[in-house]
Amino acid sequence: MLTRRDFLQFASVTAALTGFSGGLSRVAAQQSLTQDDLLSFDARGQITLLHMTDMHAQLKPIYFRPPSENIGVGAYAGIPPHLVGDDFLSHFGLERGSALAYAHTMVDYVDLARTYGRLGGLDRTATLIKAIRAERGEDKVLLLDGGDTWQGSYTALKTDAQDMVDCMALLKPDAMVGHWEFTLGEERVMEIIESMEYPFLASNVVDNDWEEPVFESTAMRDVGGARVAIIGQAMPYTPIANPRWMFPDWSFGLRLERLQQNVDAARDNGAEVVVLLSHNGFDVDRKLASDITGIDVILTGHTHDAIPRAINVDNTLVLASGSHGKFLGRIDLEVKNGKVVDANSALIPVFADVITPDADMRAQIDKVRKPFDSELNRVIAKTETLLYRRGNFNGTWDDLICDGMMEMRDAELSLSPGFRWGTTNLPGDDITIDDLYNQTAMSYPSVYRLEFTGEQLHTILEDVCDNLFNKDPYFQQGGDMVRVGGMGYTCDPQASIGSRISDMTFLKTGEAIDPGRSYVVAGWASVNEGVEGPAIYDLMEQYISDRKVITIEKNDAVKLKSN
Amino acid sequence: MNTSKREFLGKTLTAGAGLAVAAFLGSTRAFAAAEDVQKAIEEFAGGKTPGEGVITLNTPEIAENGNSVPVSVSVESPMTEDDYVESVMILAEGNPSAQVATFHFTPASGEAVASTRMRLAKTQNVLAVAKMSNGDVFSATNNIKVTIGGCGG
Repeated sequence: MLTRRDFLQFASVTAALTGFSGGLSRVAAQQSLTQDDLLSFDARGQITLLHMTDMHAQLKPIYFRPPSENIGVGAYAGIPPHLVGDDFLSHFGLERGSALAYAHTMVDYVDLARTYGRLGGLDRTATLIKAIRAERGEDKVLLLDGGDTWQGSYTALKTDAQDMVDCMALLKPDAMVGHWEFTLGEERVMEIIESMEYPFLASNVVDNDWEEPVFESTAMRDVGGARVAIIGQAMPYTPIANPRWMFPDWSFGLRLERLQQNVDAARDNGAEVVVLLSHNGFDVDRKLASDITGIDVILTGHTHDAIPRAINVDNTLVLASGSHGKFLGRIDLEVKNGKVVDANSALIPVFADVITPDADMRAQIDKVRKPFDSELNRVIAKTETLLYRRGNFNGTWDDLICDGMMEMRDAELSLSPGFRWGTTNLPGDDITIDDLYNQTAMSYPSVYRLEFTGEQLHTILEDVCDNLFNKDPYFQQGGDMVRVGGMGYTCDPQASIGSRISDMTFLKTGEAIDPGRSYVVAGWASVNEGVEGPAIYDLMEQYISDRKVITIEKNDAVKLKSN
Repeated sequence: MNTSKREFLGKTLTAGAGLAVAAFLGSTRAFAAAEDVQKAIEEFAGGKTPGEGVITLNTPEIAENGNSVPVSVSVESPMTEDDYVESVMILAEGNPSAQVATFHFTPASGEAVASTRMRLAKTQNVLAVAKMSNGDVFSATNNIKVTIGGCGG
């Protein structure tokens, strides 16, 4: 199927020049990497699927540091996407210092970020999409949005996602699915869906009273002369990972039986190709590919994994197209006699500096951001440390947020959710309001202040850890570990619930956390209704502004038990 | 912004917030002992050892709301005068009282299908036990996870 040459093509252009040390200058990188290189693709058959997912409302190009830890457990250990750094490079044959090495790993991250610049920007992605539609013919291309599109920025928060809705409309997608979309609340979600010219699909969302479908499950399209069914799957654990009270009438879950029925129905209705547009998370979809029969392609999102090409699982191609607009996923399919006989796939990294922005999209982005320009660009501090979030255990952005909550709410400990969204600031960068909201913009931002006993804290950590490291992917909810301020612990990901977390230590005194003692804890993003406290973005604006220059000490409070 | 630290400190809350910690504060009640569950099955089954298959037990992998977890059960049977499903019992092993519901059928029921909602105190096994008109007994077990929630990516 896919040759390594296909996706190494443009990596090798730059690899020859780097031999990394001191790196390639930005100008040289830009000269050696071109828009045409990015679009170069060995086209196949009569169908092209384009996949964008987990954009988290990032309209502008961003930095996003790939994780240092992305641990897989049980049968999923050590295989994609559970490879990071050098292991990722060698598994996919990427040259250290190359454009793809920078897009996919944290190796030499800061140097390469300065060399290759930002990725993403919906105006750049629009250029790529238009070029591919022009090359293949509009009738051969489907554009599918994997969700987490309407949340994650200042403007999305302030406009109730109208900014994203208006920008996405220009791209004319064929369908979308959702997760964080639901945190806008039932009413707003339905209002937007009614205004959209493409369907919002969810095979696995039913109403609580009658267990009847709330959304369409399937969209049928004729593409390049073949009949294609797109079935949608919303994030199955949305009412558990996010506040259920915001969409109290809807029930989610994997609902595999219903999914199989929908796949069978699509085939009965003449589908030659069945595509699952999924917000399940990678390992869930890897397992699901074996459990459900009749799906040709799963376009997977939620866990923010970016894998250079589709992975074949029992004759289902699973493509994971990253997050924050960094990549555009592409799969070409050749269909003969109602069967997929050939395919080729790639993640196209959206190198912002070498792609000409699409003028229409650029104008639309400017329009939605204009009313907020002065606030978005307002500088509140400078950072000396690389600030990032993504990783199984902690990142410097959350270290900062945990410190801020303890200080501003006078707490002994703090908890910050293991979200996988949030962009990166390079050392020496200003921190703007735009940057701060890229970490914190959401609809349940209150910072609570509560007393938990040591035993309760242990239970919370074990519970969240099981959502991440349960050996059965169907029990994984797709977030990272909750971040803890003021406390250290040891984690054994391969153990089972109740025995993963040990050596909980109160860092202030160096003493063991006392199961019977109460600790004052501050935290944000509680899923409970009626939480009182200041919004995380207001609290952190104050905390960061007060400091003027941000420096984060190395944090080794979480120790990993390796097996 | 000129908000002072004092405003952010606010008052210490006494209830209602946080990761859904209430789930852990509660009950010291004893949960159904394994032998109670065993005894309930024996009584229902008339001493027969339940076989596998025949029953489809549908539950969520993870409960969205531990106070109201949907459960549905269907039992394969021709449902004729000679061969039908008499009753189906649902048990929640980890609840203070394990018995959730018992459904009774007759051939006139047409099919042995039932659904209800149950409260689950914690992560546990839920069992369905079906008794056929000829005295045969079958069972099926699902594990349902009850979690704190929050912190999802």
